[in-house]
Amino acid sequence: MTSLALPGNTAATKPKRPGRVIPGFGISLGFTLFYLALIVLIPLSAVFLKTSTMSWADFWATVTSERVMASYRLSFGASLIAAAINVVFGGIVAWVLVRYQFPGKRFIDALVDLPFALPTAVAGITLTALYAHNGWIGQYLATLGIKVAFTPLGVVVALTFIGLPFVVRTVQPVLEEAEKELEEAAASLGAAPLQTFIRVVLPTITPALITGFALAFARATGEYGSVIFIAGNLPMVSEITPLLIISKLEQYDYAGATAIAVVMLVFSFILLLAINLLQAWTRKRAGKA
Amino acid sequence: MSAVLDNVAPARRPTNNKRLDTSVLEPGWVRITLIAVALVFLTLFLFIPLAAVFTEALKKGWEVYVESVMDADALSAIKLTLIAAAISVPLNLVFGVAAAWAIAKFEFRGKSILLTLIDLPFSISPVIAGLMYVLLFGASGWFGPWLAEHDIKILFAVPGIVLATVFITFPFVARELIPLMQQQGTEEEEAALVLGASGWSTFWRVTMPNIKWGLLYGVILCNARAMGEFGAVSVVSGHIRGETNTMPLHVEILYNEYNFTAAFAVASLLALLALVTLAVKSFIEWRLHEARKASTDAPH
Repeated sequence: MTSLALPGNTAATKPKRPGRVIPGFGISLGFTLFYLALIVLIPLSAVFLKTSTMSWADFWATVTSERVMASYRLSFGASLIAAAINVVFGGIVAWVLVRYQFPGKRFIDALVDLPFALPTAVAGITLTALYAHNGWIGQYLATLGIKVAFTPLGVVVALTFIGLPFVVRTVQPVLEEAEKELEEAAASLGAAPLQTFIRVVLPTITPALITGFALAFARATGEYGSVIFIAGNLPMVSEITPLLIISKLEQYDYAGATAIAVVMLVFSFILLLAINLLQAWTRKRAGKA
Repeated sequence: MSAVLDNVAPARRPTNNKRLDTSVLEPGWVRITLIAVALVFLTLFLFIPLAAVFTEALKKGWEVYVESVMDADALSAIKLTLIAAAISVPLNLVFGVAAAWAIAKFEFRGKSILLTLIDLPFSISPVIAGLMYVLLFGASGWFGPWLAEHDIKILFAVPGIVLATVFITFPFVARELIPLMQQQGTEEEEAALVLGASGWSTFWRVTMPNIKWGLLYGVILCNARAMGEFGAVSVVSGHIRGETNTMPLHVEILYNEYNFTAAFAVASLLALLALVTLAVKSFIEWRLHEARKASTDAPH
């Protein structure tokens, strides 16, 4: 009797006072908005207002000049490749960490976040030293005729390192939540392991894989510190877009630097929106499962 | 019909059971191949780079290492890095708690827009973050002439470095606290307040103990990023040796001067910081996990 009455009781009283008793709404939200405006919104608006001092023709000429176009191709191309590498190998790492037991697993799991915690400049000089023609890894690749450091391939290596944790960390929780009974059911009904993976596992983790891809891609396009050391920074060949912003700033071409920045910002906002939608989708899929 | 099925099922079951008992459906060679692929990938991209930092740093022996780290310019870079972190982490800590309190404990319109705006610094290139402050405080920027008139230096000086660091680390604490506090709801606070506790003592006695691990988690991530930030700080610093160089910038200068051992020596300190951060992070994750297990097991 009482157990039946209780849920109805709380349901009736709860919506009446949603946080009415709790103090501090005005001050906490006020401070949040003030600090957000001061640190993020006002400085960011400076970028857009600065571009508005340029004529449309100037703006267009700056952001579509040959050297800038080459940098977009490198930045976005290398970021796409690096994010794709991370989807494949990050997916495998997530799978192995969730499903299998092996010595040193806890340690490896903790170390996956290293690219988040390691300063980008440290990653940059280290990868350059490793992949240079006389480096630990570079010397073996050199005998095969592959040059990594100071080529676009080096940019891909640096961006793969930077994006490594994203796919692993988005797929891991989804795999942990996934109901293994479904796979077991598929297997006991006679599905081959590969069939089970493609029909049962892959649909479950696809939203997470895409979200991880988008996060790694977004991070990679704006990355600067780890790339500039290994890229070699040759105009038209291995010059990333953020580096062009810096070189324009060093020539006191503030308007030119800002124009390129606006292109990158618009791109990141679109990507951010896409990521938000993807994450909502992931949650919905996970909730349904 | 059903009799046939009944007859077939028991015969099949033992083999199925055996496969399920190992709790892995795929054959052994698949498992071993996957583990091997994962380990090779992680070795190439994580373990070797990590080992290389320390090997390169100690290449010329312990004495050269100590000398590089105790160099006057290196020490001033370490000092500036500590100052920048000591200012930006507490600022973003206070912001994070305030933002999480407003977002998790109350309902209001535009909440999801606010959440997106808080995330914004994550998706902006560090170089653009630096550019923003150049446009605001540079000689030809909005506040440039006024600052020059009053002889206040922000750009190419310590305040600019701190501002850029604050921007880059802006979301860290808030991002950790918001989901945690949303999940905890408002019942405990409401109970304390109804029983007569003041707002502040409710916050310190009820909310704080609940969020302390999440808070620490956010703070150490924020701190790691604050000390390691390169791109944004590089734009606003001006690279004045012994004055406006943080540790990552000092690493860059040494590296570009072909002073590799010294560059890796300073870099190894930052790598150590990263390892400590990961260790603390794993410890907190373990604590959070234990706390969650205790809270789901105990009361019903």
